Amino acid sequence: MHNRALPYLLLLPATVFLVAFFLYPFVMVAYQAFTTDEGILTTQYFTKMTSHWKFKPALNYTLLLAFTVVPIQIALALYMATLVSNMKRGRDLILYVWTIPLGISDLAAGLIWLAIFDQTGFLNSILVGMGLQEQPSLFLGYQNKGTIFLAVVLAEVWRATAIVLVILVAGIGLIPKEYYEAAQVFGAGGWQRFTKVTLPLLKPSLQTALILRVILAFEVFAVVVALGGTNLPVLMGEVYQRQFVLQDNHVAAAFALLILFISIAFTLLIMWVLRTPREARL
Amino acid sequence: MSTASTSVIGQSRVAKWAVTASVVFLCLWVLVPIYLLVANTFSSPAEVNGFPKRFWPSFDTESIEFFLNFHGVGSALWNSLLVASLTMILSISVGAPAGYALSRFEFRGKGTFRVLVLMTRAFPLPLLALPMAVMFIKVGLDDTVLGLAIVHTTLALPFAVLITYSLFSGIPVELEEAAWTLGCSRFQAFIKVIFPLVLPGIAASAIFAFVVSWNEVFAAAVLTIEHRTLPAFLLQSLDDAPLHLKFAGGAVLVIPALVFIFMVRKYLFAMWGIANR
Amino acid sequence: MAEIKIQEVAKQFGKTHALHSVDLRIEDKEFLVLLGASGCGKTTLLRIVAGLETATTGEVWIGDRRVDHLAPKDRGIAMVFQNYAVFPHMTVFENIAFGLRMKKVHNAEIDKRVKRTAELMHIENLLARYSGQLSGGQRQRVAVARALATEPDVILMDEPLSNLDALLRMEMRTELKSILAQSQTTTIYVTHDQVEAMSMADRIAIMHQGHIVQATSPVEVYRNPATRFVGSFIGNPPMNFLPAKNLGNGVFEVGGTRFKGPDVNVDSLEFAIRPEDIVVGQGEMQGRIRVVEPLGSHIQASCEVNGTLFRVVVDSNSVIKTGDMLALEPTADRIRWFDADGKLVPV
Ligand SMILES: Nc1ncnc2c1ncn2[C@@H]1O[C@H](COP(=O)(O)OP(=O)(O)OP(=O)(O)O)[C@@H](O)[C@H]1O
Ligand SMILES: [Mg+2]
Repeated sequence: MHNRALPYLLLLPATVFLVAFFLYPFVMVAYQAFTTDEGILTTQYFTKMTSHWKFKPALNYTLLLAFTVVPIQIALALYMATLVSNMKRGRDLILYVWTIPLGISDLAAGLIWLAIFDQTGFLNSILVGMGLQEQPSLFLGYQNKGTIFLAVVLAEVWRATAIVLVILVAGIGLIPKEYYEAAQVFGAGGWQRFTKVTLPLLKPSLQTALILRVILAFEVFAVVVALGGTNLPVLMGEVYQRQFVLQDNHVAAAFALLILFISIAFTLLIMWVLRTPREARL
Repeated sequence: MSTASTSVIGQSRVAKWAVTASVVFLCLWVLVPIYLLVANTFSSPAEVNGFPKRFWPSFDTESIEFFLNFHGVGSALWNSLLVASLTMILSISVGAPAGYALSRFEFRGKGTFRVLVLMTRAFPLPLLALPMAVMFIKVGLDDTVLGLAIVHTTLALPFAVLITYSLFSGIPVELEEAAWTLGCSRFQAFIKVIFPLVLPGIAASAIFAFVVSWNEVFAAAVLTIEHRTLPAFLLQSLDDAPLHLKFAGGAVLVIPALVFIFMVRKYLFAMWGIANR
Repeated sequence: MAEIKIQEVAKQFGKTHALHSVDLRIEDKEFLVLLGASGCGKTTLLRIVAGLETATTGEVWIGDRRVDHLAPKDRGIAMVFQNYAVFPHMTVFENIAFGLRMKKVHNAEIDKRVKRTAELMHIENLLARYSGQLSGGQRQRVAVARALATEPDVILMDEPLSNLDALLRMEMRTELKSILAQSQTTTIYVTHDQVEAMSMADRIAIMHQGHIVQATSPVEVYRNPATRFVGSFIGNPPMNFLPAKNLGNGVFEVGGTRFKGPDVNVDSLEFAIRPEDIVVGQGEMQGRIRVVEPLGSHIQASCEVNGTLFRVVVDSNSVIKTGDMLALEPTADRIRWFDADGKLVPV
């Protein structure tokens, strides 16, 4: 019953697919970024990328967004996961509600928060209605980069905390209840149990969640466009501009390579910082 | 010290109240924005563009009718459905055999394959749209539903592999072996015993793949011009479209995804619990 | 005709040698029990016969067919798994009918045979249930019924009773024995429970570290263990062993006493005797009692003879206590001798 070729046969389609449509294309991006149409090796596209006036703000906003959004999401998701794991009734319903945003795209999230932050939106309606403001303000205008940024942060936290929550709840589910009971018997209070049992044993899940979220945060695009148009430049937006609007494939590829580079660098960093020795795993 | 309660937060009245308040607040935090979008969608265009806003809908269908009759929306919806369905079929039919192989066989190269699958996590996959645009022009797949579905499958495939891997691993090998000793070939045993048992899980991961594709914006916007999907269509009309079109579009984007997530809710945690490893 | 011949079968998992060149012949209609400690290769051997595992070398014959290149379905076998493997998405009826359906038996016949087998296993009132609605014992019966229904040439069972509680296990042991005796099917039965093995088997094959060390009737295994390992593995309390010094002419000194042993040309052997084969209160051998364990029907006493632990069984009315000296007399014709390699040395 043990056909040696069978597992390879079963893996073949997926392997071919990933090599052809994942590995090879990424090699092609690198090639595109470093060679001209005539096939001459060059760094001119990187020079062109870095010397553009939007490069610095795009890079800065992308990193700033990631470093603002991801920590909030992790903290919030940890809090939500703890709330849920102590819940006796209604756990499934609450979890379902909290994971709803999982099905919502970044573009839709952007549109949802646009309904709130728009000049004729719900926030202005409240502020004016309560007399806190005479006139509706233009939160998302190009001179209000601060409020655009805030709106993007809110939309991202709203939309993508769910994925972190799911990973953490699944991770907490793997921790045997006995550990908490043991800790309790030895006199650990709620906070101590959280920091001494939950957090350390949750490290692999935290690692997964962090990597996933950080990568996605570097790809942030549609939310920003929906809320701020091109007023708040981000790296992925620049890729889109270059590729689709300006048809400048090479510079787009240079941007892509930059995003790829910081993504991999951060993945490795997170893997290293949150490493768990094999022996210390659950 | 009380050892009766297992609550991490504590057991005083104030603490209990704070917990309830947090839960309620967080539920509202999730639900209210969605409600507002839906309220906007079911208000007339005049109300949507007017000020101040009302917080309950007037159940006017003019916005949604306007959206659905808007030039390009019908075909965008249709393309979205096509691409998502193709992605679903491709990622399951390519991913499930791999998941089965990983769960049932020990063989050389298994580790390498797992690394290949896990590596996709460290890569910003929508960027694939760039080289694929070039590749597709060469092979005549540019601006096609199939081309975009291929890119979306790359997004969904790692999940399909890992999820089906965990599904198959959850089924005792002995069930399959029992079928073999009772007269089944490997294939018959799979069809008669394994398949009925994994079907709900496979359906859930298929739905998951569908949602991944349905929601994807960047690659769709880069790779299609004539055959735009709904997210790509909305993205490209953000600049000039009136508000009521945007909101109705957003709602149409959101609602199927909500239904799908509701259908797979049982599997979400199991899926991610395993995808963790 | 379904005798099973296992010829020079060896199995390696990477660097682990699970089986070293196993030779075994199971007669038609025989009930053979494979007995051995955990990890000795019982399951591996069974799975090789079933076709679920491929032997690294060697041949397997069932009847007059060489089967080691056949798929499990073509070997004429049925198997009962340790965790039963009752299909959860089928009713009990469909589970039992499964093998028959695969053989394309027509419906009326299936109906008849399923009913008959179910009655045999006393599960005829469970036919409409799903496995989730069954207790462990019921599930076990379904698994056996499913195997019997196909009327296989050979039934293979891998610890079929080990997941049941003690009482149920004893009940099922008796029942299984009688059902399998009725069906007259050649059976290989794997267990690590020696009581199960002794009580059910026509013949016991003892496995140790991938070898079959002895394959013979239960009484023979008990009385004349082929090796020291078999002696120590079978029997509860276990066999006693003492070093024996050769004084020449077949006389050995054991625990300060002289015994007549085999006339061999070695310096020393090992003297072995079962606890129940020692008469207490007479003889020259002396042991100091270290532990007394009253077990109801008898008392088990652990003595120290020349620094070696020696277990004896005494009558439950005896008054003995820790520290007492006890005179011990091994029954002469029950004494066994093992050489330095652990092989039985005939007298
Ligand atoms: N698939 C496998 N891969 C690697 N090693 C294996 C495999 N199956 C069994 N082994 C090894 O082969 C040896 C024999 O295993 P086997 O399962 O036959 O033992 P067993 O006698 O059935 O034990 P138990 O009573 O615990 O079921 C063991 O050392 C085991 O670790
Ligand atoms: Mg075993």
